[in-house]
Amino acid sequence: MWNVAFAELRKLRRPTLFFGTMGAVVFFSALFSSLLFILIDSPQGNSDRGRMVGREVLGLATGGVQGFTSVGGFLGIIALCVFAAQTAQEYTYGTLRNLLVRQPGRLRILLGKFVAMKLFALVMIVLSAVVSVSASVILAPGAKVNTDLWFGSDGRHAMFTSFINITISVIGFGTIGMVLGLLLRSPISAISLGVLWLLIVENLLIAVKNSWQNWLPGSQLSAIASGGTASGPVSGSIEYSHALLVGGIYVAIGAAIASFLFVRRDVAN
Amino acid sequence: MSNTAISVTDLSKKYGDQVAVSHATFEVPLGTICGFVGPNGSGKTTTMRMLLGLITPTGGTGEILGESIKHPEKYLPRVGAMIEGPAFYPALSGKENLNVLATLGGFSTDRVQGLLEQVGLGDRGKSKFKTYSLGMKQRLGIAAALLPNPKLLMLDEPTNGLDPEGIQEVRALLRSLANNGTSVFVSSHLLSELELISDYLVMLRKGEVVFTGKMTDLMLAQQPVIIAKSNSDGDLVKLMAIAQGAGHTATIRDGAVHVQGPAEWAQVFNQAAFDAGVTLSQLTPQLPNLEETFFEMTGDK
Repeated sequence: MWNVAFAELRKLRRPTLFFGTMGAVVFFSALFSSLLFILIDSPQGNSDRGRMVGREVLGLATGGVQGFTSVGGFLGIIALCVFAAQTAQEYTYGTLRNLLVRQPGRLRILLGKFVAMKLFALVMIVLSAVVSVSASVILAPGAKVNTDLWFGSDGRHAMFTSFINITISVIGFGTIGMVLGLLLRSPISAISLGVLWLLIVENLLIAVKNSWQNWLPGSQLSAIASGGTASGPVSGSIEYSHALLVGGIYVAIGAAIASFLFVRRDVAN
Repeated sequence: MSNTAISVTDLSKKYGDQVAVSHATFEVPLGTICGFVGPNGSGKTTTMRMLLGLITPTGGTGEILGESIKHPEKYLPRVGAMIEGPAFYPALSGKENLNVLATLGGFSTDRVQGLLEQVGLGDRGKSKFKTYSLGMKQRLGIAAALLPNPKLLMLDEPTNGLDPEGIQEVRALLRSLANNGTSVFVSSHLLSELELISDYLVMLRKGEVVFTGKMTDLMLAQQPVIIAKSNSDGDLVKLMAIAQGAGHTATIRDGAVHVQGPAEWAQVFNQAAFDAGVTLSQLTPQLPNLEETFFEMTGDK
């Protein structure tokens, strides 16, 4: 499995993919965090979907990771795209047959790829955390936000909790991307379907019936990233434990079906 | 220990009602170059995929290097393969592509540069795969197949896209590998290519094995052919009748009469044609090449 993971890391570290992805992570992490402070007095809101996050909230122990939490769902979308593309490209390039000749254990191939992509996602998350928190620290004084609580024990706990939640969420999104890649065997199809579902279809469904947000996969994973307090586009919130359970079930079922098909399916392209 | 590199019995693959390979039975001795011949769509690649564990047979059994094809993990570390053309990551260099496969298989990446030089890509290893010509891609595919220092090398149409010089180099490489004890199982639809390098042959047509054995046995099984041409098409029918009247099998193909018979009979044939008022523009006794042999055996024109 480790040979597969190391081989996969060779592909993931290619400059266009690595620096392109990390560049996007840096840009959006800085943007999301900066807007929280720059637009703090804006009547249009300073957070996603026009929510207003005031000085009192930003001054809490969780204030330092508010930007990081906001960008968490976006990191998930990036992970979904990377995991889907890296998995499906083996079919479109025909390279899967090379992999299987050199490593016939198909589950080992999947696990190795998963481990490598998880490491890639971890680098993304760490980078995002560093950029988000740094931007927050730099911009807080100018926005007259008190940062005393950010670096206390509660602040450190909030940082650790956010990191874990975002990691779980991003890996969940990534796994869904991998499942789509295995099922559709085309990077474009897998990414299109995944992104369209998460960004458009789920939001439309929730707009039609708000309670559906408790059962849709993207909503659960976004809720995990934000610690279970994600507001839907209309109203309401999802409990963390509920999101963890339902999101986990989606990811587990998807992974089981895709793994079964990957192990059993003929490699004829 | 088994003295066969490949041994399959009744190997079959069906996709729904369509039979891709039907009850294929053949053996490839160790240390030989075995040509795997058949027209496009005859089931060569499907057979190779089954041997490599990429697709599951619907029937039959097989062994590679003494291990059942149900357990590819037991023999694939000793097998190098290039199936259905070279497939690599376009954005990675040739060298990095080989590094990926070396890492995956647990082989030393120190071998990579040497392999690139062996296939004539020593100075292009750092170029991205997407910038390679078809011939260079084929060479990289062969280098990848050589990564495990294989006991058995399986190559599917390895000379596709190569220029004549490249084809010669691949032939020389395969011969040198075989001389050093590597068994080579190489497919091609260009029968004349394999005729020059194969010790052993497996011929496939519409998913069925139509010949398996030594190359020399196949050639001995065939009678030499006398090819006769005349300036008049009507005379070809007369020539065929003369040959058939003398008890020889004769067919008209590509504007000439092909008569099965020894070279010595050409003189008799020439005299008989002259007596019948037919002037020959060409009369050539020759040994059939592999392609003609294949057509004779399979009945294709």
